[in-house]
Amino acid sequence: MTYKSRLDGRKDNDLRPMEAKVGVIPNAEGSAWFKIGNTWAIAAVYGPREIFPRFLANPQKGVLRCYYTMMPFSGSGERIRPGTSRRAQEIAMVMKESLAPLVDLSAFPNSVVDVFVELPQTDAGTRCAAISAAAMALAHAGIPMKDMVSAVAVGRVDDRLVADLDYREEHIGEFNPDSHDAPVADTPIAMLHASKQLTLLQMDGELSKEMLLKLLKLGEEATEKVYQVQVNALKENYSSE
Amino acid sequence: MIVNQETIKTLAAQGKRLDGRGLHDYRQPLVIETGISWTAEGSSRVQIGETIVLAGVKLSLEKPYPDTADQGGIMINVELTPLSSPEYEPGPPGIKAIELARVTDRGIREAKALDLKKLCITPGEKAWFVIIDIITLNDAGNLFDAASLAALAALRSAKFPYVDPKTNVIDYKKKTDVSLPLVKEPIAITISKVNGSLLVDPTVEEEKVAESRLTVALDNKNILSALQKGGEGPLNAEEVGAMVDLAFEKAKTLREVLHKHVP
Repeated sequence: MTYKSRLDGRKDNDLRPMEAKVGVIPNAEGSAWFKIGNTWAIAAVYGPREIFPRFLANPQKGVLRCYYTMMPFSGSGERIRPGTSRRAQEIAMVMKESLAPLVDLSAFPNSVVDVFVELPQTDAGTRCAAISAAAMALAHAGIPMKDMVSAVAVGRVDDRLVADLDYREEHIGEFNPDSHDAPVADTPIAMLHASKQLTLLQMDGELSKEMLLKLLKLGEEATEKVYQVQVNALKENYSSE
Repeated sequence: MIVNQETIKTLAAQGKRLDGRGLHDYRQPLVIETGISWTAEGSSRVQIGETIVLAGVKLSLEKPYPDTADQGGIMINVELTPLSSPEYEPGPPGIKAIELARVTDRGIREAKALDLKKLCITPGEKAWFVIIDIITLNDAGNLFDAASLAALAALRSAKFPYVDPKTNVIDYKKKTDVSLPLVKEPIAITISKVNGSLLVDPTVEEEKVAESRLTVALDNKNILSALQKGGEGPLNAEEVGAMVDLAFEKAKTLREVLHKHVP
Protein backbone atom coordinates (compact mmCIF):
# COMPACT_ATOMS: atom_id res chain seq x y z
CA MET A 1 0.00 0.00 0.00
CA THR A 2 1.39 3.36 -1.03
CA TYR A 3 -1.27 5.54 0.63
CA LYS A 4 0.03 5.21 4.17
CA SER A 5 -1.98 7.91 5.85
CA ARG A 6 -4.62 10.31 4.62
CA LEU A 7 -3.30 13.56 3.15
CA ASP A 8 -5.18 15.73 5.61
CA GLY A 9 -4.43 13.48 8.59
CA ARG A 10 -7.97 12.13 9.04
CA LYS A 11 -8.69 8.60 10.24
CA ASP A 12 -10.24 6.37 7.56
CA ASN A 13 -13.75 6.75 8.96
CA ASP A 14 -13.45 10.48 9.73
CA LEU A 15 -15.49 12.95 7.74
CA ARG A 16 -14.30 16.48 7.13
CA PRO A 17 -15.66 19.12 9.54
CA MET A 18 -19.38 19.61 8.94
CA GLU A 19 -21.66 22.55 9.55
CA ALA A 20 -25.34 22.90 8.80
CA LYS A 21 -27.91 25.61 9.14
CA VAL A 22 -31.64 25.75 8.50
CA GLY A 23 -33.70 28.76 7.38
CA VAL A 24 -31.08 30.55 5.28
CA ILE A 25 -33.33 31.70 2.40
CA PRO A 26 -36.21 33.78 3.80
CA ASN A 27 -38.24 33.66 0.54
CA ALA A 28 -38.31 29.86 0.40
CA GLU A 29 -40.81 27.59 2.14
CA GLY A 30 -37.84 25.68 3.48
CA SER A 31 -34.09 26.11 3.19
CA ALA A 32 -30.81 24.89 4.58
CA TRP A 33 -27.14 24.80 3.88
CA PHE A 34 -24.74 21.96 4.48
CA LYS A 35 -20.96 22.36 4.54
CA ILE A 36 -18.48 19.52 4.58
CA GLY A 37 -14.86 20.60 4.38
CA ASN A 38 -14.68 23.15 1.59
CA THR A 39 -17.83 21.91 -0.15
CA TRP A 40 -20.87 24.07 0.50
CA ALA A 41 -24.41 23.33 -0.73
CA ILE A 42 -27.34 25.70 -0.25
CA ALA A 43 -30.84 24.29 -0.77
CA ALA A 44 -34.23 25.97 -1.06
CA VAL A 45 -37.65 24.33 -1.33
CA TYR A 46 -40.59 26.05 -3.01
CA GLY A 47 -44.04 24.52 -2.97
CA PRO A 48 -46.24 22.65 -3.05
CA ARG A 49 -47.20 25.05 -5.82
CA GLU A 50 -48.83 24.98 -9.24
CA ILE A 51 -46.86 23.04 -11.81
CA PHE A 52 -45.91 24.42 -15.21
CA PRO A 53 -46.00 23.11 -17.89
CA ARG A 54 -49.28 21.55 -16.86
CA PHE A 55 -48.84 18.23 -18.64
CA LEU A 56 -46.29 17.34 -15.96
CA ALA A 57 -49.05 17.34 -13.32
CA ASN A 58 -49.89 14.06 -11.63
CA PRO A 59 -53.50 13.85 -10.39
CA GLN A 60 -52.52 11.16 -7.86
CA LYS A 61 -49.80 13.03 -6.01
CA GLY A 62 -47.46 15.98 -6.08
CA VAL A 63 -44.36 15.95 -8.24
CA LEU A 64 -40.86 16.41 -6.82
CA ARG A 65 -38.38 18.33 -9.00
CA CYS A 66 -34.69 18.91 -8.28
CA TYR A 67 -32.14 21.31 -9.70
CA TYR A 68 -28.40 21.30 -9.06
CA THR A 69 -26.18 24.25 -9.97
CA MET A 70 -22.53 24.91 -9.33
CA MET A 71 -22.00 28.67 -9.17
CA PRO A 72 -19.68 29.85 -11.97
CA PHE A 73 -16.85 30.54 -9.49
CA SER A 74 -17.31 27.36 -7.44
CA GLY A 75 -14.93 25.06 -9.33
CA SER A 76 -11.32 24.71 -8.29
CA GLY A 77 -10.15 25.49 -11.85
CA GLU A 78 -11.48 27.83 -14.52
CA ARG A 79 -14.83 29.59 -14.36
CA ILE A 80 -17.76 27.31 -15.11
CA ARG A 81 -20.00 28.73 -17.79
CA PRO A 82 -23.55 29.23 -16.51
CA GLY A 83 -26.27 27.07 -17.97
CA THR A 84 -27.03 23.45 -17.41
CA SER A 85 -24.53 20.72 -18.23
CA ARG A 86 -24.98 16.98 -18.75
CA ARG A 87 -23.30 16.45 -15.39
CA ALA A 88 -25.66 18.86 -13.59
CA GLN A 89 -28.69 17.22 -15.16
CA GLU A 90 -27.61 13.76 -14.15
CA ILE A 91 -26.92 14.88 -10.60
CA ALA A 92 -30.33 16.57 -10.43
CA MET A 93 -31.87 13.28 -11.54
CA VAL A 94 -30.10 11.15 -8.92
CA MET A 95 -30.92 13.79 -6.29
CA LYS A 96 -34.57 13.46 -7.14
CA GLU A 97 -34.42 9.69 -6.92
CA SER A 98 -32.57 9.93 -3.60
CA LEU A 99 -35.15 12.26 -2.09
CA ALA A 100 -38.37 10.89 -3.59
CA PRO A 101 -38.62 7.91 -1.17
CA LEU A 102 -38.51 10.36 1.74
CA VAL A 103 -41.49 12.49 0.97
CA ASP A 104 -45.20 11.77 0.89
CA LEU A 105 -46.76 14.10 -1.65
CA SER A 106 -50.11 12.27 -1.87
CA ALA A 107 -51.86 15.23 -0.24
CA PHE A 108 -50.74 17.57 -3.04
CA PRO A 109 -52.06 16.20 -6.36
CA ASN A 110 -51.37 18.27 -9.49
CA SER A 111 -48.76 20.36 -7.71
CA VAL A 112 -44.99 20.46 -7.55
CA VAL A 113 -42.35 20.70 -4.85
CA ASP A 114 -39.22 22.30 -6.33
CA VAL A 115 -35.83 21.76 -4.72
CA PHE A 116 -33.04 24.10 -5.85
CA VAL A 117 -29.44 23.56 -4.81
CA GLU A 118 -26.63 26.04 -5.48
CA LEU A 119 -22.99 25.51 -4.58
CA PRO A 120 -20.78 28.56 -3.92
CA GLN A 121 -17.60 26.50 -3.44
CA THR A 122 -16.71 22.86 -3.95
CA ASP A 123 -14.06 20.32 -3.02
CA ALA A 124 -15.55 16.94 -4.03
CA GLY A 125 -18.67 15.36 -2.57
CA THR A 126 -21.03 17.94 -4.05
CA ARG A 127 -23.94 15.64 -4.90
CA CYS A 128 -23.89 14.22 -1.38
CA ALA A 129 -23.77 17.67 0.21
CA ALA A 130 -26.61 18.71 -2.13
CA ILE A 131 -28.78 15.77 -1.04
CA SER A 132 -28.04 16.30 2.66
CA ALA A 133 -28.90 20.01 2.38
CA ALA A 134 -32.03 19.31 0.30
CA ALA A 135 -33.35 16.77 2.83
CA MET A 136 -33.03 19.35 5.59
CA ALA A 137 -34.74 22.00 3.47
CA LEU A 138 -37.65 19.61 2.76
CA ALA A 139 -38.04 18.99 6.50
CA HIS A 140 -37.85 22.72 7.17
CA ALA A 141 -40.53 23.34 4.53
CA GLY A 142 -42.86 21.04 6.45
CA ILE A 143 -43.23 18.58 3.58
CA PRO A 144 -44.61 15.28 5.00
CA MET A 145 -41.63 12.93 5.35
CA LYS A 146 -41.39 9.24 6.10
CA ASP A 147 -37.71 9.12 6.94
CA MET A 148 -34.55 11.22 6.72
CA VAL A 149 -31.79 10.79 4.18
CA SER A 150 -28.11 11.53 4.69
CA ALA A 151 -25.47 11.38 2.01
CA VAL A 152 -21.70 11.15 1.93
CA ALA A 153 -19.11 9.60 -0.36
CA VAL A 154 -17.03 6.64 0.66
CA GLY A 155 -14.34 5.14 -1.45
CA ARG A 156 -11.09 3.50 -1.99
CA VAL A 157 -7.77 5.28 -2.32
CA ASP A 158 -5.16 2.70 -3.19
CA ASP A 159 -5.97 -0.16 -0.77
CA ARG A 160 -7.35 2.10 1.91
CA LEU A 161 -11.12 2.35 2.37
CA VAL A 162 -12.02 5.85 3.46
CA ALA A 163 -15.01 8.05 4.13
CA ASP A 164 -15.65 11.44 2.53
CA LEU A 165 -12.92 11.74 -0.11
CA ASP A 166 -11.78 15.26 -0.88
CA TYR A 167 -10.54 16.48 -4.26
CA ARG A 168 -6.93 15.51 -3.56
CA GLU A 169 -7.90 11.96 -2.66
CA GLU A 170 -10.04 11.61 -5.76
CA HIS A 171 -6.94 12.63 -7.75
CA ILE A 172 -4.40 10.92 -5.53
CA GLY A 173 -1.89 10.34 -8.34
CA GLU A 174 -1.36 14.09 -8.68
CA PHE A 175 -1.03 14.82 -4.99
CA ASN A 176 0.80 11.82 -3.54
CA PRO A 177 3.80 10.90 -5.70
CA ASP A 178 3.98 7.40 -4.15
CA SER A 179 0.44 6.66 -5.28
CA HIS A 180 1.11 7.51 -8.89
CA ASP A 181 -0.87 4.66 -10.47
CA ALA A 182 -2.91 3.77 -7.39
CA PRO A 183 -6.51 2.77 -8.03
CA VAL A 184 -9.22 5.10 -6.72
CA ALA A 185 -12.93 4.49 -6.39
CA ASP A 186 -15.41 7.15 -5.42
CA THR A 187 -18.74 5.85 -4.16
CA PRO A 188 -21.32 8.47 -3.24
CA ILE A 189 -24.17 7.02 -1.22
CA ALA A 190 -27.32 8.27 0.42
CA MET A 191 -28.95 6.23 3.14
CA LEU A 192 -32.36 6.41 4.75
CA HIS A 193 -31.89 6.78 8.48
CA ALA A 194 -34.64 4.48 9.78
CA SER A 195 -34.65 1.73 7.18
CA LYS A 196 -30.91 1.83 6.33
CA GLN A 197 -31.76 1.52 2.66
CA LEU A 198 -29.72 3.16 -0.07
CA THR A 199 -31.36 5.83 -2.21
CA LEU A 200 -28.17 6.88 -3.98
CA LEU A 201 -25.44 4.57 -5.09
CA GLN A 202 -22.91 5.46 -7.73
CA MET A 203 -19.30 4.52 -8.23
CA ASP A 204 -16.54 5.39 -10.55
CA GLY A 205 -13.11 3.87 -10.40
CA GLU A 206 -11.86 0.38 -9.71
CA LEU A 207 -13.45 -1.76 -7.02
CA SER A 208 -13.95 -5.40 -6.02
CA LYS A 209 -17.20 -6.79 -4.65
CA GLU A 210 -15.56 -7.39 -1.26
CA MET A 211 -14.44 -3.78 -1.11
CA LEU A 212 -17.86 -2.56 -2.15
CA LEU A 213 -19.55 -4.45 0.69
CA LYS A 214 -17.03 -3.08 3.17
CA LEU A 215 -17.57 0.41 1.80
CA LEU A 216 -21.32 0.11 2.29
CA LYS A 217 -20.71 -0.75 5.92
CA LEU A 218 -18.36 2.22 6.27
CA GLY A 219 -21.00 4.31 4.52
CA GLU A 220 -23.65 3.36 7.07
CA GLU A 221 -21.43 4.70 9.84
CA ALA A 222 -20.51 7.80 7.82
CA THR A 223 -24.07 8.74 6.86
CA GLU A 224 -25.06 8.42 10.52
CA LYS A 225 -22.55 11.20 11.31
CA VAL A 226 -24.13 13.38 8.64
CA TYR A 227 -27.56 12.58 10.07
CA GLN A 228 -26.53 13.87 13.51
CA VAL A 229 -25.44 17.19 12.00
CA GLN A 230 -28.69 17.50 10.01
CA VAL A 231 -30.89 16.75 13.01
CA ASN A 232 -28.98 19.10 15.28
CA ALA A 233 -29.38 21.94 12.79
CA LEU A 234 -33.12 21.30 12.47
CA LYS A 235 -33.53 21.13 16.25
CA GLU A 236 -31.53 24.30 16.69
CA ASN A 237 -33.76 26.12 14.25
CA TYR A 238 -36.91 25.20 16.12
CA SER A 239 -35.51 25.76 19.58
CA SER A 240 -34.44 29.28 18.65
CA GLU A 241 -37.79 30.26 17.16
CA MET B 1 -50.97 42.53 -1.96
CA ILE B 2 -53.33 45.09 -3.51
CA VAL B 3 -54.06 46.42 -0.01
CA ASN B 4 -50.31 46.86 0.53
CA GLN B 5 -49.85 48.59 -2.81
CA GLU B 6 -52.40 51.26 -1.96
CA THR B 7 -50.97 51.59 1.55
CA ILE B 8 -47.41 51.93 0.25
CA LYS B 9 -48.52 54.78 -2.02
CA THR B 10 -50.49 56.57 0.67
CA LEU B 11 -47.67 56.23 3.18
CA ALA B 12 -45.01 57.36 0.70
CA ALA B 13 -46.88 60.63 0.14
CA GLN B 14 -46.70 61.16 3.92
CA GLY B 15 -42.99 60.30 4.03
CA LYS B 16 -43.61 56.91 5.65
CA ARG B 17 -43.11 53.27 4.73
CA LEU B 18 -44.82 49.98 5.41
CA ASP B 19 -41.87 48.62 7.40
CA GLY B 20 -41.52 51.78 9.48
CA ARG B 21 -38.31 53.01 7.83
CA GLY B 22 -37.71 56.57 6.79
CA LEU B 23 -37.77 57.14 3.01
CA HIS B 24 -33.98 57.51 2.94
CA ASP B 25 -33.04 54.63 5.23
CA TYR B 26 -31.40 51.41 4.10
CA ARG B 27 -32.60 48.21 5.72
CA GLN B 28 -30.58 46.54 8.43
CA PRO B 29 -28.60 44.39 8.69
CA LEU B 30 -26.33 45.90 6.05
CA VAL B 31 -23.45 43.46 5.99
CA ILE B 32 -20.60 42.84 3.54
CA GLU B 33 -18.38 39.77 3.90
CA THR B 34 -15.52 38.65 1.69
CA GLY B 35 -13.70 35.38 1.17
CA ILE B 36 -16.86 33.30 1.18
CA SER B 37 -15.71 31.00 -1.65
CA TRP B 38 -12.20 29.53 -1.66
CA THR B 39 -12.51 28.57 -5.33
CA ALA B 40 -12.99 32.16 -6.50
CA GLU B 41 -10.11 34.61 -6.84
CA GLY B 42 -12.27 37.06 -4.90
CA SER B 43 -15.73 36.67 -3.41
CA SER B 44 -18.29 38.41 -1.30
CA ARG B 45 -21.66 38.14 0.34
CA VAL B 46 -23.83 41.22 0.70
CA GLN B 47 -26.92 41.35 2.83
CA ILE B 48 -29.29 44.32 2.87
CA GLY B 49 -32.22 43.46 5.10
CA GLU B 50 -33.41 40.13 3.74
CA THR B 51 -31.81 40.62 0.32
CA ILE B 52 -28.76 38.39 -0.01
CA VAL B 53 -26.40 38.15 -3.00
CA LEU B 54 -23.06 36.45 -3.55
CA ALA B 55 -20.38 37.59 -5.97
CA GLY B 56 -17.34 35.72 -7.20
CA VAL B 57 -14.42 36.89 -9.33
CA LYS B 58 -12.71 34.47 -11.72
CA LEU B 59 -9.64 35.40 -13.73
CA SER B 60 -8.37 33.89 -16.94
CA LEU B 61 -5.62 34.64 -19.45
CA GLU B 62 -6.93 35.43 -22.93
CA LYS B 63 -5.93 37.08 -26.15
CA PRO B 64 -6.91 40.79 -25.98
CA TYR B 65 -9.55 42.13 -28.36
CA PRO B 66 -7.95 43.46 -31.58
CA ASP B 67 -9.19 47.04 -30.99
CA THR B 68 -7.83 47.13 -27.43
CA ALA B 69 -4.72 45.04 -27.90
CA ASP B 70 -2.98 46.54 -24.83
CA GLN B 71 -5.81 45.89 -22.39
CA GLY B 72 -7.41 43.11 -20.40
CA GLY B 73 -11.14 42.87 -19.99
CA ILE B 74 -14.00 42.74 -17.55
CA MET B 75 -17.43 41.11 -17.71
CA ILE B 76 -20.25 41.02 -15.20
CA ASN B 77 -22.93 38.35 -15.21
CA VAL B 78 -25.99 38.08 -12.97
CA GLU B 79 -27.94 34.93 -12.20
CA LEU B 80 -31.38 35.49 -10.69
CA THR B 81 -31.61 32.00 -9.27
CA PRO B 82 -34.93 30.22 -8.77
CA LEU B 83 -33.57 29.45 -5.30
CA SER B 84 -33.80 33.14 -4.42
CA SER B 85 -37.42 33.93 -5.24
CA PRO B 86 -40.60 32.13 -6.30
CA GLU B 87 -40.73 34.56 -9.23
CA TYR B 88 -37.58 33.26 -10.92
CA GLU B 89 -37.44 30.16 -13.06
CA PRO B 90 -34.57 27.95 -14.16
CA GLY B 91 -33.19 28.71 -17.60
CA PRO B 92 -31.20 31.32 -19.47
CA PRO B 93 -31.15 34.87 -18.02
CA GLY B 94 -34.31 36.87 -18.61
CA ILE B 95 -34.45 40.58 -19.30
CA LYS B 96 -34.35 41.48 -15.59
CA ALA B 97 -31.06 39.63 -15.09
CA ILE B 98 -29.63 41.07 -18.29
CA GLU B 99 -30.48 44.65 -17.33
CA LEU B 100 -29.08 44.17 -13.82
CA ALA B 101 -25.86 42.70 -15.19
CA ARG B 102 -25.43 45.40 -17.80
CA VAL B 103 -26.10 48.30 -15.44
CA THR B 104 -23.71 46.86 -12.83
CA ASP B 105 -21.13 46.25 -15.58
CA ARG B 106 -21.41 49.79 -16.98
CA GLY B 107 -21.05 51.39 -13.55
CA ILE B 108 -17.71 49.68 -13.08
CA ARG B 109 -16.48 49.63 -16.70
CA GLU B 110 -17.25 53.25 -17.57
CA ALA B 111 -15.72 54.56 -14.33
CA LYS B 112 -12.53 52.79 -15.46
CA ALA B 113 -12.54 51.29 -12.00
CA LEU B 114 -10.12 48.60 -13.10
CA ASP B 115 -7.01 49.76 -14.89
CA LEU B 116 -7.40 47.46 -17.89
CA LYS B 117 -3.96 48.32 -19.25
CA LYS B 118 -2.39 46.93 -16.11
CA LEU B 119 -4.20 43.67 -16.83
CA CYS B 120 -2.31 43.27 -20.09
CA ILE B 121 0.75 41.03 -20.01
CA THR B 122 1.81 40.91 -23.67
CA PRO B 123 -0.01 43.36 -25.99
CA GLY B 124 -1.96 41.57 -28.68
CA GLU B 125 -1.24 38.22 -27.10
CA LYS B 126 -2.08 37.82 -23.47
CA ALA B 127 -4.03 39.71 -20.84
CA TRP B 128 -6.06 39.01 -17.72
CA PHE B 129 -9.83 38.89 -18.13
CA VAL B 130 -11.96 39.42 -15.08
CA ILE B 131 -15.40 37.86 -14.82
CA ILE B 132 -17.64 38.72 -11.90
CA ASP B 133 -20.64 36.47 -11.36
CA ILE B 134 -23.35 37.79 -9.11
CA ILE B 135 -25.71 35.15 -7.75
CA THR B 136 -28.88 35.99 -5.85
CA LEU B 137 -29.65 33.94 -2.74
CA ASN B 138 -32.72 35.87 -1.61
CA ASP B 139 -34.40 38.65 -3.54
CA ALA B 140 -36.16 40.93 -1.09
CA GLY B 141 -35.68 44.01 -3.28
CA ASN B 142 -32.98 46.47 -4.36
CA LEU B 143 -30.78 44.01 -6.22
CA PHE B 144 -29.15 46.88 -8.15
CA ASP B 145 -27.45 48.31 -5.06
CA ALA B 146 -26.68 44.89 -3.59
CA ALA B 147 -25.14 43.66 -6.87
CA SER B 148 -22.93 46.70 -7.22
CA LEU B 149 -21.70 46.47 -3.62
CA ALA B 150 -21.07 42.74 -3.97
CA ALA B 151 -19.12 43.22 -7.21
CA LEU B 152 -16.94 45.91 -5.62
CA ALA B 153 -16.33 43.92 -2.44
CA ALA B 154 -15.36 40.85 -4.49
CA LEU B 155 -13.00 42.94 -6.64
CA ARG B 156 -11.45 44.54 -3.55
CA SER B 157 -10.75 41.14 -2.04
CA ALA B 158 -9.52 39.43 -5.22
CA LYS B 159 -5.93 38.19 -5.63
CA PHE B 160 -4.27 37.04 -8.84
CA PRO B 161 -3.75 33.29 -9.04
CA TYR B 162 -0.27 31.87 -9.40
CA VAL B 163 1.01 31.42 -12.96
CA ASP B 164 3.79 28.93 -13.64
CA PRO B 165 6.51 31.04 -15.32
CA LYS B 166 7.69 28.12 -17.48
CA THR B 167 4.43 26.68 -18.74
CA ASN B 168 2.28 29.83 -18.37
CA VAL B 169 -0.43 27.66 -16.87
CA ILE B 170 -2.60 29.18 -14.14
CA ASP B 171 -2.62 27.27 -10.85
CA TYR B 172 -6.01 28.30 -9.52
CA LYS B 173 -5.34 26.56 -6.23
CA LYS B 174 -2.49 28.94 -5.40
CA LYS B 175 -3.17 32.64 -4.95
CA THR B 176 -0.51 35.34 -5.01
CA ASP B 177 -0.83 38.31 -2.64
CA VAL B 178 -1.23 40.73 -5.55
CA SER B 179 -4.55 42.59 -5.66
CA LEU B 180 -6.33 43.70 -8.83
CA PRO B 181 -5.60 47.23 -10.16
CA LEU B 182 -8.79 48.70 -8.70
CA VAL B 183 -8.29 52.44 -9.01
CA LYS B 184 -11.85 53.67 -8.43
CA GLU B 185 -14.84 52.41 -6.55
CA PRO B 186 -18.09 53.28 -8.29
CA ILE B 187 -21.13 52.49 -6.17
CA ALA B 188 -24.62 52.19 -7.59
CA ILE B 189 -27.50 53.78 -5.72
CA THR B 190 -31.06 53.30 -6.88
CA ILE B 191 -33.68 55.91 -6.11
CA SER B 192 -37.32 54.94 -6.53
CA LYS B 193 -40.21 57.28 -7.07
CA VAL B 194 -43.38 56.15 -5.31
CA ASN B 195 -46.45 58.36 -5.51
CA GLY B 196 -44.20 61.35 -6.16
CA SER B 197 -41.90 60.68 -3.18
CA LEU B 198 -38.29 59.59 -3.55
CA LEU B 199 -37.08 56.63 -1.52
CA VAL B 200 -34.05 54.33 -1.36
CA ASP B 201 -33.56 50.60 -0.84
CA PRO B 202 -37.04 49.45 -1.93
CA THR B 203 -38.55 46.13 -0.90
CA VAL B 204 -40.01 43.91 -3.65
CA GLU B 205 -43.48 45.28 -2.91
CA GLU B 206 -42.23 48.85 -3.16
CA GLU B 207 -40.48 48.03 -6.44
CA LYS B 208 -43.79 46.83 -7.85
CA VAL B 209 -45.57 50.02 -6.84
CA ALA B 210 -42.85 52.46 -7.93
CA GLU B 211 -43.64 54.62 -10.96
CA SER B 212 -39.98 54.81 -11.87
CA ARG B 213 -36.46 54.33 -10.57
CA LEU B 214 -33.09 55.78 -11.34
CA THR B 215 -29.87 53.89 -10.75
CA VAL B 216 -26.87 56.18 -10.40
CA ALA B 217 -23.32 54.79 -10.32
CA LEU B 218 -20.77 57.23 -8.95
CA ASP B 219 -17.21 57.27 -7.65
CA ASN B 220 -15.91 58.90 -4.45
CA LYS B 221 -15.63 62.28 -6.24
CA ASN B 222 -19.30 62.12 -7.23
CA ILE B 223 -18.46 61.60 -10.90
CA LEU B 224 -21.24 59.57 -12.49
CA SER B 225 -20.31 56.50 -14.51
CA ALA B 226 -23.71 55.02 -15.33
CA LEU B 227 -27.37 55.93 -15.20
CA GLN B 228 -30.37 53.77 -15.80
CA LYS B 229 -33.93 54.98 -15.58
CA GLY B 230 -36.40 52.18 -15.14
CA GLY B 231 -40.17 51.94 -14.98
CA GLU B 232 -42.83 53.46 -17.16
CA GLY B 233 -43.28 56.67 -15.16
CA PRO B 234 -41.52 59.71 -16.66
CA LEU B 235 -39.12 61.94 -14.70
CA ASN B 236 -38.46 65.66 -15.09
CA ALA B 237 -35.04 67.32 -14.83
CA GLU B 238 -35.76 68.65 -11.36
CA GLU B 239 -36.57 65.16 -10.11
CA VAL B 240 -33.44 63.73 -11.71
CA GLY B 241 -31.39 66.39 -9.92
CA ALA B 242 -32.97 65.53 -6.59
CA MET B 243 -32.41 61.81 -7.22
CA VAL B 244 -28.74 62.32 -8.01
CA ASP B 245 -28.33 64.45 -4.86
CA LEU B 246 -29.84 61.66 -2.81
CA ALA B 247 -27.52 59.17 -4.54
CA PHE B 248 -24.52 61.32 -3.54
CA GLU B 249 -25.58 61.20 0.08
CA LYS B 250 -26.31 57.46 0.13
CA ALA B 251 -23.17 56.49 -1.80
CA LYS B 252 -21.14 58.12 0.96
CA THR B 253 -22.83 55.96 3.56
CA LEU B 254 -22.48 52.74 1.55
CA ARG B 255 -18.84 53.52 0.82
CA GLU B 256 -18.20 53.80 4.56
CA VAL B 257 -19.92 50.47 5.15
CA LEU B 258 -17.85 48.88 2.37
CA HIS B 259 -14.57 50.15 3.80
CA LYS B 260 -15.55 49.16 7.32
CA HIS B 261 -16.30 45.56 6.29
CA VAL B 262 -13.65 45.19 3.57
CA PRO B 263 -10.64 47.20 4.72
